[in-house]
Amino acid sequence: MKPVFTAQGNVLSSLGFTAAENFTAMQQGRSGIKKHSIPEFLSFPFYASLIDNEKLKAAFFPFIDNNNYTRLEKIFILSIADVLQQTGLNPKDEKTLLVISTTKGNINLLELENYGDFSEKRLLLSEMAKVIADFFGMKNTPLVVSNACISGVLAIISAQRLISSGQYENVIVSGGDLVSEFTLSGFNSFKAMSDEPCRPYDAERKGISLGEGCGTLLLTSNETLLRKAEKKITVAGCSVSNDANHISGPSRTGEELALAVNIALAEAEVGKSVDFISAHGTATLFNDEMESKAFFNAGLNHIPLNSMKGFFGHTLGAAGVIEAVVTLESINRNMLLPSHGFENLGVPAPLNIIKQNVQKEINTALKTASGFGGCNAAVVFKAEK
Amino acid sequence: MITIKSYCSVRNHQLKLNGTTLLAKEKELLFSDFIKSAYDLNGSTYLKFFKMDDLCKLAFIASEFLLKNRKLSEQYGAENVSLVFANTSSSLDTDLKYYQTVKDFPSPSLFVYTLPNIMLGEISIRQKFKGKNAFFVFEAFQAEFLCNYATRLLNDKKAKAVIIGWVELLKENYEAFLCLIEETESGTELTKENLEKLYTDR
Repeated sequence: MKPVFTAQGNVLSSLGFTAAENFTAMQQGRSGIKKHSIPEFLSFPFYASLIDNEKLKAAFFPFIDNNNYTRLEKIFILSIADVLQQTGLNPKDEKTLLVISTTKGNINLLELENYGDFSEKRLLLSEMAKVIADFFGMKNTPLVVSNACISGVLAIISAQRLISSGQYENVIVSGGDLVSEFTLSGFNSFKAMSDEPCRPYDAERKGISLGEGCGTLLLTSNETLLRKAEKKITVAGCSVSNDANHISGPSRTGEELALAVNIALAEAEVGKSVDFISAHGTATLFNDEMESKAFFNAGLNHIPLNSMKGFFGHTLGAAGVIEAVVTLESINRNMLLPSHGFENLGVPAPLNIIKQNVQKEINTALKTASGFGGCNAAVVFKAEK
Repeated sequence: MITIKSYCSVRNHQLKLNGTTLLAKEKELLFSDFIKSAYDLNGSTYLKFFKMDDLCKLAFIASEFLLKNRKLSEQYGAENVSLVFANTSSSLDTDLKYYQTVKDFPSPSLFVYTLPNIMLGEISIRQKFKGKNAFFVFEAFQAEFLCNYATRLLNDKKAKAVIIGWVELLKENYEAFLCLIEETESGTELTKENLEKLYTDR
């Protein structure tokens, strides 16, 4: 099987429109989560990480009619365009596929009068993906992954398989979701939202903060697309599992996430020697508990770990890709970032939560995610020595 | 050889297992009544069924008939049974129903079903499957993609049995087509053409 390399990535969030801008903001300890009062979204003020509309409009291509694309499509397009520009990859290449990860896509059109003058069809995720692919003149019909909060990690796993089996040479994985009345009201109805910025793994955590954004990552078997100055990083192992326990609550034991993690580590042939874990860490009581048990069971609870939800909020279908791109930046820069919002450990099994920026050689990292429907996913990134 | 061991289709108020019609109801019936009659025919009490949204009910019923008399998680091990499902409309049917409740009293019991992979969760809970699961969205049924995906999972030893599912539902228009894929000595080989044919003839 062909090795699958990670090339350039982009993160588009309230913290910045490139991976470097986001990483710098995170290094400076800035969070994108702010208090917002938007009555159309929620009748009371809420904490979320939102992309500024004026900044988005200004960043969008001056020669393209802003009205032809929905808000989320513009976010996707800008994020993908940055990756294409950085890598010089021709999007019209027949060996290139776009994989879109999203949970709700253009669902905010329901909230606009007459769907914001877009066709009703735009609510379909495959249609949204097609619009994005057509913008770049891509030859292949994009693949859409929609698997709750593991969508982003699952999209990377699917891309890895499509490249290692030789079906495609390059896969652009792009994950995006918006904050909308739909998602805010839903998580609020679940009583899952925190009334302060979320604090993953903390003893005082009160639930999630939502976020919006997009992460894009180019995976390729073509080494010439990699930057010479950077480490050569592969997607070395991956796995997915299901709790078979509850549709909206995680496993009680964490056994199934541990199963996915162990298979991914074995496939990557790294044993337990992982330098960093980018965990899911939504800051709900049960998710963080479950993860602590899983990492303990997998024998990984001593490994430096963070959740990036304190910086970006929970960006749903974008989360896995955004967090993977930041993880790859961490590997390249040998810099661990803290778990923003964390002070005192509040999970049953001990975890080594990162509290400040740490300069350290990092060559192997584990990225995990878990979500509604009882799904778990794990992927291992490994830098060639 | 990787084969399509059995298949189940539910459409036009008919339920067929391996091509044999097990249930046929008049067109005028609402989906909810039709699927309840399929539940009754299945003859197994499972109270969680009544909490499910229509998309999950459809997937669940098709999986019940497809996997009747099989204990895949015991035979292969829970972590070795994989689900690969897809559709056109994701969970839009329930999204629309949930959004109607938003202005008034947002319904948490509907919101949880506004993700298409919940059907994988429901089947996993029922059948005790803990293996790989993935949900994709396509404009239309993609025999080639599903065939390749299942074949890779089995060839790479990432699964010992795979259930492929196409489960679509939007505003009373629905169809389910599930296939159990296993390695067997003989049977219908899993190829793009065979899968396409079974889907077309369903």
